[in-house]
Amino acid sequence: MTPGLMATTPGGLLLVLAVVVPVIGILALWLVRWRAIEWVAIATLAINLVVSLATLQAVRASDASLVYLVGGWMPPLGLALRADGIAAVMMVMTGAIVAVTALYARGQFGFDPHGPERRRPMVFWTMLLAITGALNLIFVGEDLFNLYVALELLTFAAVPLVSLDGSRDTLAAALRYLVFALAGSVLYLLGVAVVYGAYGTLDLVVLAEMRGADGALLLAIALMTAGLIAKTALFPLHLWLPPAHAGAPAAASAILSALVVKGSFFLILGLWFDLLPPGLGAIGANGLGMLGAGAVIVGSVLALRQERLKLLVAYSTVAQIGYLFLVFPLATGSEAASPFASLAWTGGVLQLLAHAFAKAAMFMAAGLVYEAIGHDRIAGFKGLGRIAPITVLTMTLASVSLMGLPPSGGFSAKWLMLSAALGEGAWWWAVVILAGGLLAAGYVFRILVPAFSTPEAPAERKYPVAPVRECAALVLAVIAILIGFLPLAPWPLLAIGRIAQVSP
Amino acid sequence: MSLAPIDAATLYGLTGAVLVGIGLYGIVLHEGFIRRLLAFNLLGGGVFLLFGVIARRGAGAGFSGDPVPQALVITGVVVAFCATALAITLIERLAAEDDANDGDGSS
Amino acid sequence: MLDLALDLLITALVIGVALWTIRTRDDFAAIVGFVAYGLLLTLAWARLAAYDVALTEAAIGGGVTGVILLRASVRLKPVTTARTPIGVRVLVGLLCAVISAGLAAVVLLPVSPPPSLAADVRSHLASTGLGNPIAGVLMAYRALDTFLETVVVLLALFGAWSLTPDRAWGGRPGAPIPTASFGPLPLFGRLLIPIGVVIGIYIVWVGADAPGGKFQGATILAAMWILAMMAGLTEAPPIGRWRLRLLLAAGPIVFVAVGVAGIPLAGSFLAYPEALAKPLILLIEVALTLSIAATLGLLVAGPPETAPGTEL
Repeated sequence: MTPGLMATTPGGLLLVLAVVVPVIGILALWLVRWRAIEWVAIATLAINLVVSLATLQAVRASDASLVYLVGGWMPPLGLALRADGIAAVMMVMTGAIVAVTALYARGQFGFDPHGPERRRPMVFWTMLLAITGALNLIFVGEDLFNLYVALELLTFAAVPLVSLDGSRDTLAAALRYLVFALAGSVLYLLGVAVVYGAYGTLDLVVLAEMRGADGALLLAIALMTAGLIAKTALFPLHLWLPPAHAGAPAAASAILSALVVKGSFFLILGLWFDLLPPGLGAIGANGLGMLGAGAVIVGSVLALRQERLKLLVAYSTVAQIGYLFLVFPLATGSEAASPFASLAWTGGVLQLLAHAFAKAAMFMAAGLVYEAIGHDRIAGFKGLGRIAPITVLTMTLASVSLMGLPPSGGFSAKWLMLSAALGEGAWWWAVVILAGGLLAAGYVFRILVPAFSTPEAPAERKYPVAPVRECAALVLAVIAILIGFLPLAPWPLLAIGRIAQVSP
Repeated sequence: MSLAPIDAATLYGLTGAVLVGIGLYGIVLHEGFIRRLLAFNLLGGGVFLLFGVIARRGAGAGFSGDPVPQALVITGVVVAFCATALAITLIERLAAEDDANDGDGSS
Repeated sequence: MLDLALDLLITALVIGVALWTIRTRDDFAAIVGFVAYGLLLTLAWARLAAYDVALTEAAIGGGVTGVILLRASVRLKPVTTARTPIGVRVLVGLLCAVISAGLAAVVLLPVSPPPSLAADVRSHLASTGLGNPIAGVLMAYRALDTFLETVVVLLALFGAWSLTPDRAWGGRPGAPIPTASFGPLPLFGRLLIPIGVVIGIYIVWVGADAPGGKFQGATILAAMWILAMMAGLTEAPPIGRWRLRLLLAAGPIVFVAVGVAGIPLAGSFLAYPEALAKPLILLIEVALTLSIAATLGLLVAGPPETAPGTEL
């Protein structure tokens, strides 16, 4: 066993903080005075952002994973936490988006510090903190059962956000989401049982050293992947997503669409690139790629047909998730020294990042549009640019990234994936990427063209919106653009400390 | 690798495998939410039983079973209960909304 | 031989009840089937010599889950749904059969020798001061799982409370229960509750060294609390009350406090100084028992349905 992998590293305590700080925040939220809850939540998320930035810095500085053995117990008996390069990047992404969302959501949901305690702010802030902690654990967890607990935490936090409104439709959407999520969890747990029965450990690093080409492991990975796909809403298991993400309040939709679905996707990446023995995944990887391609096409076409902005944005998430799954065939088919050094690996991570920032910005903007004009019917967007210029600018920037126009994170991601596909001679994936971009252009122009037009009778702004909220959405859209200025090459940071790389 | 002996562990293991199939069938094909929830719990029972069989076969060091999978099942049962409680509350609330709407429609 | 016959009978009954639960057209019958399924699984766990799990399954898997399902069954109207086309059913059935067959193959072709952490658990158990290996796994080796599980339980309650109608926020949990101040239930309650509370505390106490533990004991305490509420002996406190919230949070707070104290005292988060391991673990277990019992009881009661101050 590589000794360096199995001992607490300097800075390892940051990983404990990433999980424990949000939990302490939740406990405090229910015990402090009502008027202080927003400050408790925002302070918690600020600390969390600092912790995640420190984690990224520590991983870069040491050029290796951070590891923490909880309770000092060594796996397989004990539980280890571990942040490699990609996990640290995910933590920073989550920390940043959640913190900006908190600024956007401050004072919302009928929060009145001087009135009586209200349901919606209590629920929103509790679940926002819980999602933060659960995602952090998903990124740093190393034990498959510990990750199961993290997945359940994420589900229990996400579902109440869908039905925060309390209307019949959102309750039905939340229930449908819960059913998919629970079915996904139990399939995942089934895979965990099979792994333990075959190997007697659930620790990913130990497993990576022991793994062989045996049927039990393949069955386990198939079951876990199926469960996680249901939670990620990959086509054709995407039906729960649009009503759930469109029905939630804008701040919650932003978190659900930008971050929550990425948690289960992150675990699939780990299973396929760290646990599956190399050379065995080609058929499966192509299968995942085909589902991804289906998602890109079907999601985009359905987005084109939506009449309401939030539903359109939600279907766009279905399509954008599809791109993520193209990483599987492209990275396994690459001739780079390891999949983590391939163009597709970096492309996939950039797609994940760019989509997270652009989509969060888009949902927040959709919420602001709703507040400005009292509805979100696309047909009624004429002249929106005059009433809400910052919000329309936000939507434009986020759309540039979603379409994949340069310069933007979305462009870089798609460019890298396109290069990978053409480099491997797999032109059919390139066709999907290009077709998806064109369809995305189609659906975003449906929003932007009326928004920029000059109407005969200008629409009127119904309600004032705090500039800080408009700026919060704008900041996220700008970040989605700025990601496009990163170099168009494999990113060494994303290969730091990958399990499959360090263990022979 | 050789065929397992026909003992209690194998018998319960096969039962767990069958229960998983039954539960999955119910989750996919039932339309009523409460029935899907029951199927989810049937499936969960099967999964836990598989853990139990692994534990039983791992008996040693003076224990009647490997304590780790047993502990995982205890955690899992509690989590499954929480999921069920949350889902039931949602189902009830949804039914209450539907009742209220029906009431509006008839008046 | 007799043992095997008994196991065959139990497995046949489990599968039969499961099939019936899936097949029956009547929702209420399905719920009854599921409760029977929980009882049979308890037997199965005892036959697998997993007594801690058997207790958990009896208390939670069959017990409280059954209660909460029955709570729903009285409120829900039967839904009649169209049958799925036979082709789809056959297809789904085949897929499920393939998965079952794969799992059966894994069961029938085990790795030998079977992997197990039993020896590892044994060799470190002394340093935790515990006699029950499962308590050792839950409170020491995998304490992070258990800590997060308590957060999951709490979050499930907050999730259930998030479904409170806005006007009822801050009210007492559950539908208003017409109190039965006379008749058999209060009498029964007065007799049974003290006994149940003693049993619950006993199960938590022995859990350190023998089958039992906080989740099982807490469930029995919760059941007694529910019984007391049904008998009109006590009322659930309003969800806005600070002391109730402190009770709910006490378990995780003590857990995290001991965990953090482990960093300077024992070198790691959730590590215990060896001399103090058992008392600290017992302290956590007591706090968790109270919190979990309260949380489970409130989950069974359901979210508030009437505005604060307007109860019966």
